[in-house]
Order: sequence, then structure tokens, then C-alpha cells
Amino acid sequence: MTLKVRFFASLRERLRLSDCSVPYEQGMTVEQVWNTVTSQTPLPGNLLCAVNMEYVSLLQSVSDGDEVAFFPPVTGG
Amino acid sequence: MHIEIRGEAFEPYQELQNYQQRIAEGQYGATAVFVGTMRDMNEGDDVQGMSLEHYPGMTENYLLAISRQAAQQWSLLDSLIIHRVGDLLPNDPIVLVAVWSAHRKDAFDASRYLMEELKSSAPFWKKEFLAEGSRWVEHNTPGQ
Repeated sequence: MTLKVRFFASLRERLRLSDCSVPYEQGMTVEQVWNTVTSQTPLPGNLLCAVNMEYVSLLQSVSDGDEVAFFPPVTGG
Repeated sequence: MHIEIRGEAFEPYQELQNYQQRIAEGQYGATAVFVGTMRDMNEGDDVQGMSLEHYPGMTENYLLAISRQAAQQWSLLDSLIIHRVGDLLPNDPIVLVAVWSAHRKDAFDASRYLMEELKSSAPFWKKEFLAEGSRWVEHNTPGQ
């Protein structure tokens, strides 16, 4: 019963964390995943998040085994 | 329809020529091409190099999704997206977007759509290397 959590770019460097696992709890949202992994670090205003590689909002609930990713605004092209 | 994340330098016009061979001659009347190239300055500072990061899996999924969306929305014969990751130097091509269609309106509109979606939402991140150190690019400039 775990979730895989990943961080990218400036957020990965700031948190000094690339990926980790957290225990899954019934009804958990993306925001609760953030709070668990980052020990309640305040949410960056421009935070983007994805579940299983699809953009979602912080209110999205997650399922056991999901991959949850957090990252800053994208700057490709 | 093809999308590709490329870890090494590429020559966009050679890629274009190679890819175009798979599209039936005589079918396309319009090819719209966008090439994005690394500049040697940003926000008033000299930039010596750049590192491009992506989210393997999600980035490819996203580029495929917008390619499929463009093919539904406009009348296209084919499309191609190639995007660099890894270490780049000024003047290195970053991105190639090409769209083939019978007529220019679909080609122009679809290529614009692909570029704007890519810039606003495809998970890539640029880190710039300056003489004094490095910094993450915080946001893309609006395209329209």
C-alpha cells in the first residue's frame, strides 16, 4: 500500500528529493501526499501536479500504487 | 504522426527532409515548420549553456496527446515533433514542429496550436548556465 512520489527541476533541488515512497491511505488527496512527503512545507503558488503522468488538481484523490509528481511551471520549447 | 525526445544535437532541416519522404508526394500543398533555437542571452545576461530536463513518460504522452488533438481538429496529412533534452549550447536547435496539410490554414493553425500547447504544458524544464553560476528558467513568455 504505497504511492511513488517524484519531484522535478527546481523543486527537486529545493527539497533535495528526487523520488520516494509514501504509505497510501484511503481517501488521500494529492495535497495530502504533498504534506506527508514534505513535512507540511507550504505549497508553492505555481505548483503543478500529475497522477500517473496526467495533470490533476491538488484536490484529486489518489489510489494505491499511483505515481504522484510535483513540479514547477514548465519551460520547454 | 511522430514525436521524439532527443538526447543529442539534431539538424532540424535534415530531419524534416528525411521524415517528409514517408508522406505521399502530391498530397501536401502546405508544410508549416517551427524551429526553436537556443539563444546566447536571456533577461539581459549572457547564457553560456543550458540543460533541459523532462519527465520521461509524461512528456512523450503529452506530445502524443496534442498531436492526436491537432489531427482531430484540423485536416492534416502528418505531423512531427522533435524536442531536445540534456546539455545544449547557444545556437543548438531545441525543438522542431512540422505539420503537413493540403492547405496553409490547417498547417499554420495546427503548428501554432502544437507549439503553444508544448510551451505552456509539456513537462520540460530549462536550467541556464551563466558566467556566475546557474539558474532555472521560471516561466515561458506568452506566445500570443
